[in-house]
Amino acid sequence: MTATRLKPVDAVVVGTGIVGSILSKELADAGLKVVALERGRAIDPQHDFAAPYVYDELKYDRHSDIFQDLSRETLTFRNQAAETALPIREMGSFKPGEAVGGTALHWGTHARRFLPWDFETRSRTLERYGKGRIPENCTSQDWGLTYEELEPYYDQFEHLYGVGGKAGNLNGEIQPGGNPFEGPRSREYPNPPASMTFAGTMFANACTELGYHPHVNPVAAQTQAYMNPYKLMLGQCIRGGFCSSHACSMGAKANPLTTVMPALLKQSNFELRPLSNVIKVNLDSERKRAVSVTYLDASGREFEQPAELVILAAYTFNNVRLMLLSGIGKPYDPVANRGVVGRNYSYQSAGRVTVFFEEKAFNPFMGGGARGTSIDEFNGDNFDHSGLDFFGGAYIAVSSSGAMPIRSIHVPPGTPKWGSEWKHAAAHYYQRNFTVRLHGACQSYRQNYLDLDPTYRDANGMPLLRMTFDWGDNERKASAWITKKAEEIAKAMNPSRMSAQPTAGHYDIVPYQSTHNIGGAVMGADPATSAVNKHLQSWDVSNVFAIGGSAFPQNSANPPTGTIGTLACWAADSIKDLYLKRPGPLV
Amino acid sequence: MQETSDQNVYGYLTQPEVRFLDAVAARLIPADELGPGAKEAGVTCFIDRQLTSVWGSHGRNYRGGPWPEGTPQQGFQSRLTPREIYRAGIRETNVYCLKQYRKAFEFLAPQQQDEVLKGLEGGIVELVSLSSKLFFGLLMRNTMEGFFADPIYGGNRDKVGWKLIGFPGVPASNYNDLIDEHNVPYRVEPVSILDIQQGRVALDGQGLPKHVRVKNAEGENGR
Repeated sequence: MTATRLKPVDAVVVGTGIVGSILSKELADAGLKVVALERGRAIDPQHDFAAPYVYDELKYDRHSDIFQDLSRETLTFRNQAAETALPIREMGSFKPGEAVGGTALHWGTHARRFLPWDFETRSRTLERYGKGRIPENCTSQDWGLTYEELEPYYDQFEHLYGVGGKAGNLNGEIQPGGNPFEGPRSREYPNPPASMTFAGTMFANACTELGYHPHVNPVAAQTQAYMNPYKLMLGQCIRGGFCSSHACSMGAKANPLTTVMPALLKQSNFELRPLSNVIKVNLDSERKRAVSVTYLDASGREFEQPAELVILAAYTFNNVRLMLLSGIGKPYDPVANRGVVGRNYSYQSAGRVTVFFEEKAFNPFMGGGARGTSIDEFNGDNFDHSGLDFFGGAYIAVSSSGAMPIRSIHVPPGTPKWGSEWKHAAAHYYQRNFTVRLHGACQSYRQNYLDLDPTYRDANGMPLLRMTFDWGDNERKASAWITKKAEEIAKAMNPSRMSAQPTAGHYDIVPYQSTHNIGGAVMGADPATSAVNKHLQSWDVSNVFAIGGSAFPQNSANPPTGTIGTLACWAADSIKDLYLKRPGPLV
Repeated sequence: MQETSDQNVYGYLTQPEVRFLDAVAARLIPADELGPGAKEAGVTCFIDRQLTSVWGSHGRNYRGGPWPEGTPQQGFQSRLTPREIYRAGIRETNVYCLKQYRKAFEFLAPQQQDEVLKGLEGGIVELVSLSSKLFFGLLMRNTMEGFFADPIYGGNRDKVGWKLIGFPGVPASNYNDLIDEHNVPYRVEPVSILDIQQGRVALDGQGLPKHVRVKNAEGENGR
């Protein structure tokens, strides 16, 4: 098929999620002619996310049409290279989005900054514990960018998304009530913290008793009506539940449709093309420069969009897949441990302790975003790992985005899974339990990577991305040890029953865990071990920037979304302040 | 319970299949002193509507071959769609019951039905064309969905699943005022999307229902 060649533009942006929307806006504001190509459909929140239709757990937990349509494109998966990867046929462990607004339309809104340690994982671990602590096959590395450099961009993103919270460290001064372990921030959150739930308060009291520092989770589900710097008004979250994995009818969940798009769509130098699936970035004959992207429209017609600048702003998987399909950067070879594209794919580990009571009422359906309470004592390197056999950690939290009944019926251990006894336990405990949850870091390993599948293809006949991933021993050990700490907190709350489940065994693609997939086109200071430099610019093709979770070299315990938005703000400035003035490699 | 004319009309399931699924639903979530079970909640009707929906033919799932079995961690790898799984699973479970007990599943004593279900759950009952664990997993999943999903999908009739646990359904806009009142149960007459579609509840300016408070199961006063 011959592609129809379109009029050249200054910048083409692939994807309209958190990254694509911010980059489009910032580049359009800088005067560039920008076209954004989105594989999913356009969304009009007034119609698509109207009340009461968003309050539908079956739809948003199982069958949502804002999730990726796996009949057209999925991934293949295996735990290790010795197995044959098979397609993920049904949505499970993670839920990438497919619509204008991207995965952020259904995010959980927990906007916790990464720790300064997260950006310098390897060097700080070597420095404090010596070489023996990092497993031989571990490929975690420094980001080539520090927390201090990113701090102004965290601040920018938090104001763009109206994050509500309480500072724990203002310019080096520890603040009561906040997270004392966070990196120094230059000013307070733009919105106040959410008030604590009953369960969150019980957890906080138990933590205080044990000498820990509980604090309210920073959330981008607005704690009050808020106008952001693009002059867009966000509504107040009503804590009605149906939040994580759901769309919001109140305009209270910060996402591209509430924070950027209405302002951007008014700009005449910006054009949004939904249902436009980019399948390749085309390079010049020396493969040093991108000249255009090829995409298919809703009818399957092929178009070529020439551009001076190509921004890959898709979900982690599609940034990596497009680079592999287009020959941008050297594909990773895990046997030789050489090459970069597909290297350092990682995820997040977990662990949970569910506590049951006889005489309490938690009203667990009230919630919104990651409303809740956390402690950071066991996150990153906030505690001394001497004498332990792992590095990294987890934060421990009690949060409620609303306990939806299909997914959130918990019964005490030993209860049958069905029948009258189950029914009695479900009726009794639905209101009387909550979960103390670990959110764990995940280091990167040579054996965990992304490449193109040799067998399975998408609806366009192109190879699917193949994921090879299993938990590292380091993550299993960390989860087991920190779950014990969570059990101590749980016991201090005097539950009648409890059950503990750390991350153990093999990673399983079936149960939903988190949509926190990262890596595969990681940033760094060395082109031998990173696909993009500290400005998110391809080392090989300097007019291609690959921005997003794909750039994380390993995963923090903290949710990735805030840092993805922060990297978008950082990269936008790099392009505007450095690249546009002198196009070419920035490092 | 509000009856609607199409409540027991089935688009995919045959009458013997409906009777089989009613019998299964009555064991997975039985009617008892706490109230109606999955059969009364219309779970069979829910399953029928799911099977006639996009999901029933795996319309949004990846369906390309080849189809090796894979490891448990690799998840669903059957080439059968839910419609095909239900049709084959029901037929083959009844063949097993006839062989073992000389009766179809629906005519077995409750205790025998539980034995068969445990046999399916544990993969002990061998079915010809699919794994009994796979079939049982789908029965469990869809029964729970049908008992707790919004009644617009044909199950959770009269919101019996929500009433059982005290789930309010579509939220009211006043939760922010209540969240600081710790350990006070909020018990209301649940509101479904169906209720709102059929104009049975009062709405506020944001299109959200005004909840009506009720006494809860233990007789404590709800707010």
